Amino acid sequence: MLFGFVLMMIMRWQLAYPDTPVPFIGGLLSEDKLLSPDMYNAFGAMHGTIMIFLGVVPILVGAFGNYVVPLQIGAPDMAFPKLNMASYWVYFVGGIVMFASFFMEGGPAASGWTMYPPLSIIAENGETVWLLGMVFLITSSLLGSMNIIVTIVQLRPEGLTWMRLPFFVWAQLVTSFLLVLAFPPLEAAAVLQIMDRIAETSFFMPSGLVVGGEVVDVAGGGSPLLWQHLFWFLAHPEVYVLILPGMGIVAEVVANNTRKPLWGYKALVYSVVFLGFMSFIVWAHHMFLTGMGQAMSAFFQTTTMIISIPSVIILSALLISLWGGSIRFNTPMLFALGWMPMFGIGGLTGLPLGLAPTDIPLHDTYYVIGHFHYVVAPGSIFAIFAGIYYWFPKMTGHKLNESLGKVHFYFSFIFMNGIFMPMFIQGLAGVSRRLADGGASYAHALEVLQWNEFMSYSAWFLGLAQIPFIINIVLTILKKRDENAERNPWKSTTIEWNAAPSPPIAHGNFDKELTVYRGPCEYSVPGANKDFSPQTEK
Amino acid sequence: MIEIPYNVKPRQETGLYNAKLGIWLFLASEVMLFGGLFSAYVLLRVGSPVWPPGGEAQLNIPLATINTFNLILSSWTIVKSWIALKENDFKGFKTYMGITLLCSLIFLVIKYFEYSAKLHHGIFPSTDNFYGIYFTLTGLHGLHVIGGLIVNFYLWGPGKKMWKSEPERFTNRVEVSGLYWHFVDLVWIFLFPTLYLL
Repeated sequence: MLFGFVLMMIMRWQLAYPDTPVPFIGGLLSEDKLLSPDMYNAFGAMHGTIMIFLGVVPILVGAFGNYVVPLQIGAPDMAFPKLNMASYWVYFVGGIVMFASFFMEGGPAASGWTMYPPLSIIAENGETVWLLGMVFLITSSLLGSMNIIVTIVQLRPEGLTWMRLPFFVWAQLVTSFLLVLAFPPLEAAAVLQIMDRIAETSFFMPSGLVVGGEVVDVAGGGSPLLWQHLFWFLAHPEVYVLILPGMGIVAEVVANNTRKPLWGYKALVYSVVFLGFMSFIVWAHHMFLTGMGQAMSAFFQTTTMIISIPSVIILSALLISLWGGSIRFNTPMLFALGWMPMFGIGGLTGLPLGLAPTDIPLHDTYYVIGHFHYVVAPGSIFAIFAGIYYWFPKMTGHKLNESLGKVHFYFSFIFMNGIFMPMFIQGLAGVSRRLADGGASYAHALEVLQWNEFMSYSAWFLGLAQIPFIINIVLTILKKRDENAERNPWKSTTIEWNAAPSPPIAHGNFDKELTVYRGPCEYSVPGANKDFSPQTEK
Repeated sequence: MIEIPYNVKPRQETGLYNAKLGIWLFLASEVMLFGGLFSAYVLLRVGSPVWPPGGEAQLNIPLATINTFNLILSSWTIVKSWIALKENDFKGFKTYMGITLLCSLIFLVIKYFEYSAKLHHGIFPSTDNFYGIYFTLTGLHGLHVIGGLIVNFYLWGPGKKMWKSEPERFTNRVEVSGLYWHFVDLVWIFLFPTLYLL
């Protein structure tokens, strides 16, 4: 993830100071220390790929899913421990393959993370390596998510009914279903594209395609749009894969730190299930510009508007949960609170993109970049930070340092906005994405180009703001293991804090038999002798 | 160390043991994989003025018909081998699983002859989109057959010693592998008319 971030920081240098040698690490790039337009494209593609498939998904589903889900449902382990390990090693190989593509002749894949043909098919060999890496990553997440579903369905102890599951578990369940059902079509598409590249089929190659003044020598008759349909059939559920576990984490942290039940737990559950279902029928709102026709556009913009309803319900429920709570402003809670407006901005700016008439002028501008970064960067990643600060004491027995955590939060919050807010301004002015000079060759972009420098500085300062976080993690891990570590430092109700020591027992997690008596967020129950009533206590 | 529950015995409210739920989920994802490819086939076909683009398809229908019945037979024998285990008849298991393995081998040999005849006549995946999707779909299905063959061979050969230590778990393994094998069979039953007959 750090590597993906470094790629982005180099790109921002190029945007702020076009054709100026990159400082410090420029020597690694080329002899004249410049980031060439080709390499800019490649870095853009790999930044997206690494952040999504090697960063956010493995952390949210692979790490939090595998670690927290069995603990929260009181299971001794995942249902298939060996499959779990296989999933990790397949992921590992996929990661190595992806990084290896940087050393290919002609560089790594450069056609954006969406790999639209025919460009991706006539591109250099790095593209084939990208596709192979994707096949590994898809297989890995398939194995992992099957495991999570079976664990949740089969391994709940006595008394843990569906409506007593913590919201985080629900979010993971829906996410896993999305991964199981949405990833295979991309695998199919990747197989077809590999065939196009290696066996010279023309599934995605139209007849009479002219490249560089010459007709490409293929049979033709294929359709580039076919790729887009198969790709977005995965990639739209994928964005929910990126955000749902984040919502789950925020819900856990909010319930714990407001010391009151989540507002509308059942509404949250039904919304997240509905969201998962709807995410399969909105994909073509990424394709309004392809000329697929008004009827199709009308259908997909309607479904897109419908899918915004459950997202709004979830965000509203979390917001109303704050009402009247005695809020503890610790670091996980700060990140959760920061998440809400950030995700709100990301979601609301998405509405104009979901409607064909407003999407057409905004398509492929920095407005789109701003929109999805607000959802994924301060959205998913703030949730990841909240989760790390929240569950760290369970993993190690020690809380992370609060002062360093607060420095990390406030600076990250400021600089995240510094990067992404100006993107809306640039995008509304019509600046296109994926331009190595940031749009300097277009007259209409000149008035807003001064923002590039500001955004680049924000990005580098955001990088600096992560230093307290890394120091914090390293210092806390190095602390001596405390045999009498507190089980439940946050005074939480859920199973993982009450029935297992910190860190949990290596085999079996828990030190006693479990029976569950109540729901996941019974805080401040009237008449109880403390302000939280653990699920495992009568 | 605590045992993972429902590894062998089914959980009462779901009626499934863990691996059975796992294989159903895996098959669901496989349906989506082949569903994606079949959709690609439909779109390519609809988008083409004539189908196959190069005129009359040169596929060997008699050989494919033999293979179809061959796979259906193997699906039946793998169920028989599972039933034999349920009835505590290990010998029956060895026989029926052996027939299943033989059928899968025959399938692959016939497929090899079909492929080599095509390549011999200068027909490659790059010839046109019909042969492209033909090679892709049957090739991917062939990989699934090989995968199933390896697992079934393991259960028939080196893996059979589990029958002595944990008979119930071994029977479950055969059942799960059988479910997968039915799926592979079913994919072919869709592939055969789609590619050869229509």
